[in-house]
Amino acid sequence: MDGNPSNVAENAIVVRNLQKSFKDVEVLHGIDLTVRRGSILALLGPNGAGKTTTIRILSTLLPPDGGEAYVNGYDVVKQDCDVRASIGLTGQFAAVDGYLTGEENLMMLARLYRLSHADAKRRTRELLEQVDLVDAARRPVKTYSGGMKRRLDLAMSLIAAPPIIFLDEPTTGLDPRSRLSMWAMIKNLANNGATILLTTQYMDEADHLADWIVVIDEGRVIAEGDANTLKSRVGSEHVDLIISRNSNFMLAQQAVDGYQLQASAEERILTIAANDGAVTLKRILQHLEDAEVEVESLTMRRPTLDDVFLFLTGDGANGAHREKEEIER
Amino acid sequence: MTTSEYLLVAPVQPERRSNLYWLISDSWVMSKRSIMHIVRSADQVLSLILFPIMFMLLNRYVLGGAIDTGEVSYANYLLAGILVQTLAFGANYTTINLAVDMKEGIVDRFRSLPMSDGALVIGHIAADMVRNVISGIIIVLIGFAVGFRPNASAIEWLYVIGLSMLFTLAISWLSAILGLVVKSLEAAQWAGFVLIFPLTFISSAFVPTETMPRVLRAFAENQPMTHTINALRSWLVDTPMGDAAWLSAAWSIALIVISIPITSYLFRRYSTTSQ
Ligand SMILES: Nc1ncnc2c1ncn2[C@@H]1O[C@H](COP(=O)(O)OP(=O)(O)O)[C@@H](O)[C@H]1O
Ligand SMILES: [Mg+2]
Repeated sequence: MDGNPSNVAENAIVVRNLQKSFKDVEVLHGIDLTVRRGSILALLGPNGAGKTTTIRILSTLLPPDGGEAYVNGYDVVKQDCDVRASIGLTGQFAAVDGYLTGEENLMMLARLYRLSHADAKRRTRELLEQVDLVDAARRPVKTYSGGMKRRLDLAMSLIAAPPIIFLDEPTTGLDPRSRLSMWAMIKNLANNGATILLTTQYMDEADHLADWIVVIDEGRVIAEGDANTLKSRVGSEHVDLIISRNSNFMLAQQAVDGYQLQASAEERILTIAANDGAVTLKRILQHLEDAEVEVESLTMRRPTLDDVFLFLTGDGANGAHREKEEIER
Repeated sequence: MTTSEYLLVAPVQPERRSNLYWLISDSWVMSKRSIMHIVRSADQVLSLILFPIMFMLLNRYVLGGAIDTGEVSYANYLLAGILVQTLAFGANYTTINLAVDMKEGIVDRFRSLPMSDGALVIGHIAADMVRNVISGIIIVLIGFAVGFRPNASAIEWLYVIGLSMLFTLAISWLSAILGLVVKSLEAAQWAGFVLIFPLTFISSAFVPTETMPRVLRAFAENQPMTHTINALRSWLVDTPMGDAAWLSAAWSIALIVISIPITSYLFRRYSTTSQ
């Protein structure tokens, strides 16, 4: 069980073969994760992928059914108290007390994290400033906007300056401005030595923040790497072809079967990976011409994480299958 | 936003104290929170004042004329009953407030902290005590206004206060269990009533138990609410005591001793189903 202690102590978070079921439904099918100290890891996955469940197990809110998990070197099952003293958790929904003021919320948390009264006061003052809530500090939190609640929520999980911070979808539901300021705060935390495990459904968020991205779907890790590695997995160049309304979209799809990454019938867009650039492009256009399909326009672009994500999850098995075929050609 | 400033300054050192110190400190922090909720919520303040007045007036004037309580006047008879009923209904706030905490994300926050397991529940129970002291005072005052004339000595008043608090504590712990098992706020609301209503009506609160059918009477005379009411009534207006005080204390202590481990087990084990 305690097989590889050096690895466990060196890294902020080590997860091996983590499993969890609710009743008969298996939700995590053996997740593996390693988060280096001082880095940001993004757990990227669609709704229901098992992100929250993973975070809840790592923050000792749920017991795992199988596998091991260490946070700050402590076993989440056997040393749950030590784990709780090492982490700050910002859950998927703001966990703030609406009847208390922002200041009272922070003081309460500081005391529950066992800071001395003097430290509690100092940290409360500092954090109110840093999350820009000084003016609202004496108002009941009920009266705060969504963005203000989120910022208070983050401040509450930082009050004891924990070395490891869990952020479950920290920007879901925020307006673009609040989102940017949240991103800046998260970057800032990591620059100051905190280890961050965040979950997100947004590719650009993972791209922008994370040193390492782990893509999960239906409780399995389906890919991991840094943003560039993941992008290169789906080819270095993408071509978006817009098929003319005069032509049959189905026919076009059939003509380029084997190349195609994504297809959107409503928007009449076919996205194709063109790794060897012009050669592939020429061949594709030839296929389309043979099928008497008219191409309205064509754009070459670098793949985004969205492409990676759709490629890996949206049509998972099919996508991988196609990729293989393409290599064989 | 001053993003150039550090969100993480020099690491803070938690204080090192014994577990008992932390249980008390955490419970105090959570009690302050729950008591603040009473002050800041108009709904709680209103029900705190209106319910006792309403119960007292309705019973005194609607039922009062029709019920024969022998040598004791109905106002004198009624006070202990209304008092215990109000205390019991007041504890429903522990169920509701705990259920609200469990449904909202805040319970996950508390459970992810290095805080003592029992503190959240103890905080709500402490708020119950505060609410019930206030309700109790209101009942006695309104009682005086409608003809309640106690002849209790100072010591007997202390017994009344002590046993009432012990009873509140017992009902609050029981309500905490309900708050941790109900699946919704609505369920929390009616669960309390389903538990408390039969217990108050099938008791000596409003009518002497001698007037009840046999089965009901057997139940009424052997349940903790009746013992508590009879004990308080005896101290306040000199009705016969029997073993009521001892039985009430024994029931309350037993309920507390059983409820504490159950609530702490449920609290740790509980996982919110909200996503
Ligand atoms: N307490 C629970 N009881 C039953 N099923 C649950 C519970 N929590 C989560 N699930 C299920 O587990 C799966 C993963 O959920 P979750 O971890 O919340 O996903 P995500 O956070 O990635 O959206 C979902 O299918 C969800 O319905
Ligand atoms: Mg989630």
